[in-house]
Amino acid sequence: MKPEKALIFEMSRPGRVAYSLPECDVPEIDAASVIPSELLRGKPAELPEVYEVDVIRHYTELSRRNFGVDNGFYPLGSCTMKYNPKINEDVARFAGFAKIHPYQPEESIQGALELLYTLQNDLAALTGMDQVTLQPAAGAHGEWTGLMLIRAYHESRGEHRMKVIVPDSSHGTNPASATVAGFETVTIKSNERGMVDLDALRAAVGSDTAALMLTNPSTLGLFEEQIVEIAKIVHDAGGLLYYDGANSNAIMGIARPGDMGFDVVHLNLHKTMSTPHGGGGPGAGPVGVKSKLTPFLPKPIVSRREDGTYYWDTDRPQSIGRVKAFYGNFGILVRAYTYIRTYGPDGLRRVSECAVLNANYMMHRLAPYYEVAYPGVCKHEFVLSGKRLKAYGVRTLDVAKRLLDFGYHPPTIYFPLNVEESIMIEPTETESKDTLDAFIDTMIRIAKEAETDPQLVLNAPYSTVVKRLDETTAARKPVLNCTCG
Amino acid sequence: MSEVREHLVYSEEHEWAETVEGQVVRVGITDYAQSQLGDIVFVELPELGASVLAGDSMGSIESVKTVSELYSPVSGKVLKVNGDLIDQPELLNGEPYEGGWIAEVEVEGSVEEALGKLLSATKYQTLIE
Repeated sequence: MKPEKALIFEMSRPGRVAYSLPECDVPEIDAASVIPSELLRGKPAELPEVYEVDVIRHYTELSRRNFGVDNGFYPLGSCTMKYNPKINEDVARFAGFAKIHPYQPEESIQGALELLYTLQNDLAALTGMDQVTLQPAAGAHGEWTGLMLIRAYHESRGEHRMKVIVPDSSHGTNPASATVAGFETVTIKSNERGMVDLDALRAAVGSDTAALMLTNPSTLGLFEEQIVEIAKIVHDAGGLLYYDGANSNAIMGIARPGDMGFDVVHLNLHKTMSTPHGGGGPGAGPVGVKSKLTPFLPKPIVSRREDGTYYWDTDRPQSIGRVKAFYGNFGILVRAYTYIRTYGPDGLRRVSECAVLNANYMMHRLAPYYEVAYPGVCKHEFVLSGKRLKAYGVRTLDVAKRLLDFGYHPPTIYFPLNVEESIMIEPTETESKDTLDAFIDTMIRIAKEAETDPQLVLNAPYSTVVKRLDETTAARKPVLNCTCG
Repeated sequence: MSEVREHLVYSEEHEWAETVEGQVVRVGITDYAQSQLGDIVFVELPELGASVLAGDSMGSIESVKTVSELYSPVSGKVLKVNGDLIDQPELLNGEPYEGGWIAEVEVEGSVEEALGKLLSATKYQTLIE
């Protein structure tokens, strides 16, 4: 592959075309007769003029520089980069799902409504919640929606509670979502086992506590065993418990946030339910709540009449309103529904069991070479520390770069923050033992290289289109305009 | 090995403080803090004139690895901020105790008492070991 790649604009030559538009099937109107002149372009847009074959080659080559789950193993901790079964894509392309319009009358889209209704109920059953909204378009959007529900709940009771508590091991989106939702965040430290420090929590809660946001299993891949006590402390202070569903892949069919005492849950369908990780594309972050919060859910919700027909339930006077145009990213919801139906309840439990088994297998094989941050049994992911290699001048970043040479997407590094030189690995359930072993062997090889030939690791990667990037200069002095051509 | 300067006092959140004159205290982050953060690429400075409380966030520091809160080691009013850090955040890495200072705070009440609550160089050295 060539390292430098011309932009499609630089390939433009006057008169070259790559399109053939179908004949217009509506009467042609002059744009100037319907659009105010100040909104019309003075001169044609400078679109690239290129042949079709050059367009295809250009974008095909760029696409080959991408790395995705379909290319190789992607053990990015906290992100659940599982394989996305292709049956999800087949079903999402069914005409009854792909060729409908949100303004169609209800009676003509009963199948789509039934799918949404069933998915709402399935996710509620899986999380132990009473009602679910499918509107939020991403995990962080779900977090924000959940926090707005919590706010509406407290306000309906005449309480002004503006503090949201987050543990220091929480996902960065938690404090960010709380801030965007208008709350003040209070961070509490974890104890030496990486769990919530109950004394710190007791000291932090009060009459101003709106909620505690928590993942369970935690970011460290550990099940928070004190969860019942935690729920009691927060509830006794009048606050609510928010469950960040980022780590649900560890507990499906085994434990439910609703049973642990959580009041609000969001799920990342692109993690647990095998819908594509967007890369800016459509996502979905459904939110489930306990009954005391259902009046505030975004409207509409899909409901079912006694005669078995489905409808958009908009008669929800206490609703916080819409959080997304139309009804969420429907095509993504179809994929999640397909995944759930493909596995069924027993299959989903098996998904979580295998995700946990794979993580523990890897952790135990890697333990002699990279220190395990919190020894014991992990859930779906685990955190290693690369600090042993610092003696050879090699850091976690260098290990990650060297992994690129072997065709792997590196694990998450330098997160969580409370582990020095952290390496966070989440293999997921969809990988074979062969894949796991090959990755483990590579990690061991790199640890040995760091000892015997540290320069080899420090100068990696060697096989990629671009070598070691100067991330510091890129962040300090970013070049945001193309200065070529 | 991170440098700890004898004449400064330190917070557990890895900030240093020293009296400039009278009620005015200069604050920054320690050599240890900058080495943990890695290359710093952006600093969100405290607001001039803002009231800050000891232990509360007064800004943030972004490195290639992470974004961290900047906590004020003392309570008072922000008198000055180091504007050089906007264009040269690398000063925080290169000279955290000199050109990389972050703000000057006019301390409320007794300076001696405010600084007395912080850690001595010896105690801070023990903390980071």
